[in-house]
Amino acid sequence: MNWLKSIGEAFYNAWVPEKRYLAYLSGLRMTLLISLFAVILGILIGILIAVTRVSSRHTKSPVVKFLNKLAVLYVTVIRGTPMIVQILIIYNLIFTSPNTNPVIVGAVCCGINSGAYVAEIIRAGIESIPIGQMEAGRSLGMPYRMTMTTIILPQAIRNILPALGNEFISLIKETSVISIIAVNDLTKMAGYVGSRTWDVIPPYVIAALFYLAMTLGLSKMLSMVEHRMEKGTRK
Amino acid sequence: MSSMIETVNLKKTFGDHEVLRGISQHIEKGEKVVIIGPSGSGKSTFLRCLNLLEEPTSGDVIFEGKKINAPKVDIDQVRQRMGMVFQQFNLFPMKTVRQNITLAPVRLKKMTQEEADARAEELLKRIGLPDKADAYPGMLSGGQQQRIAIARALAMNPDLMLFDEPTSALDPEMVGEVLSIMKELAEDGMTMVVVTHEMGFAREVGSRVLFIDEGIVAEENTPYEFFTSPQNPRLQDFLSKVL
Repeated sequence: MNWLKSIGEAFYNAWVPEKRYLAYLSGLRMTLLISLFAVILGILIGILIAVTRVSSRHTKSPVVKFLNKLAVLYVTVIRGTPMIVQILIIYNLIFTSPNTNPVIVGAVCCGINSGAYVAEIIRAGIESIPIGQMEAGRSLGMPYRMTMTTIILPQAIRNILPALGNEFISLIKETSVISIIAVNDLTKMAGYVGSRTWDVIPPYVIAALFYLAMTLGLSKMLSMVEHRMEKGTRK
Repeated sequence: MSSMIETVNLKKTFGDHEVLRGISQHIEKGEKVVIIGPSGSGKSTFLRCLNLLEEPTSGDVIFEGKKINAPKVDIDQVRQRMGMVFQQFNLFPMKTVRQNITLAPVRLKKMTQEEADARAEELLKRIGLPDKADAYPGMLSGGQQQRIAIARALAMNPDLMLFDEPTSALDPEMVGEVLSIMKELAEDGMTMVVVTHEMGFAREVGSRVLFIDEGIVAEENTPYEFFTSPQNPRLQDFLSKVL
């Protein structure tokens, strides 16, 4: 039973002395803040890109056609390159000033990345709505944009909620990558604790448990939302 | 009588396929024009050109004296005066029946929510579904959904109603309830253009029947003449198969 005791000691060392749990909590706070703002930014970018791409097919406007080309380029580049490389580029390109807010750095990096995936999810969702819905709205005299926002998007969002949930869950996990650019998120703080105790495994296991709690909590929340949205409107 | 909607040498091509090959029609206020024809003949395309759900390749569409397939025309304004009923109903599944009916008038600032709700109630009574205001479309039968789709179009107080095979997606026992609503509408004086396969409806309600075949109006006449002494051989052939 000696090994069990030594494991217990290792975890105790990684958690209690010097109020180390506070380090995790501050890292957790940073990770949550970054995730939250990254999700918001990702949704905004995603909706913008998706609507640009969908509406470009129904218009002859050269501006929208041009924006659509940019949107395609953005989605292609973001989805075709590793996030860690994107972060290093964005960080060194834009956030070179020493006193930038780490939450903003992290949220911008992760949000720009997530936006491309969210855009594709939303686009697929919009295209899954039968064309008759748009025609019904238009035939009543509602403009394209009004039909899109009041009729098509609410249905599309309901359809894509599971896929969107998965994207947010993986976003929370992927924020851990930003620890490479001197942002004190949960992963980074676990690393600091490990460098103090000379034993890195327990703090990383603790960090892993925090991530697991976050993703489980989020997926629980999402399934509750899905359940509510399905009520009454089931076909 | 004055003109409601008019087409001048209307043509529509999809890629290489010429679906409409020049249709000139003049529909008066109060007329009930019924369009029949084999599938793929272009009858639905013609109807969809009237409210520009399909953009004509060439030719004019003139609604209430104004050419509407012109660049400066606000088509949304025009469509507010033209109701359309679809084969697949196309009700909004996430909205209640009442919301389906009131959405457009309220959003387009034609009515306040209270006025629209009152109008919805009146329309639901008229189509015989006063107790379904809070139901969702998915809970209703096809016939009920189509009657609500008619009410939804009527809520905008249109001058003209377009029907695109309104009973083709229905189970046979539900066809009658939809047709009787349309008949009442016709008796109230609504101008209607109806694409349908219901010959009984065409004969009973139509003031004029058009036979569209291969993108042109091959024959048109009053229902009695149309069905009793068809001239065009293709129409004779068509009628012999469907009657």
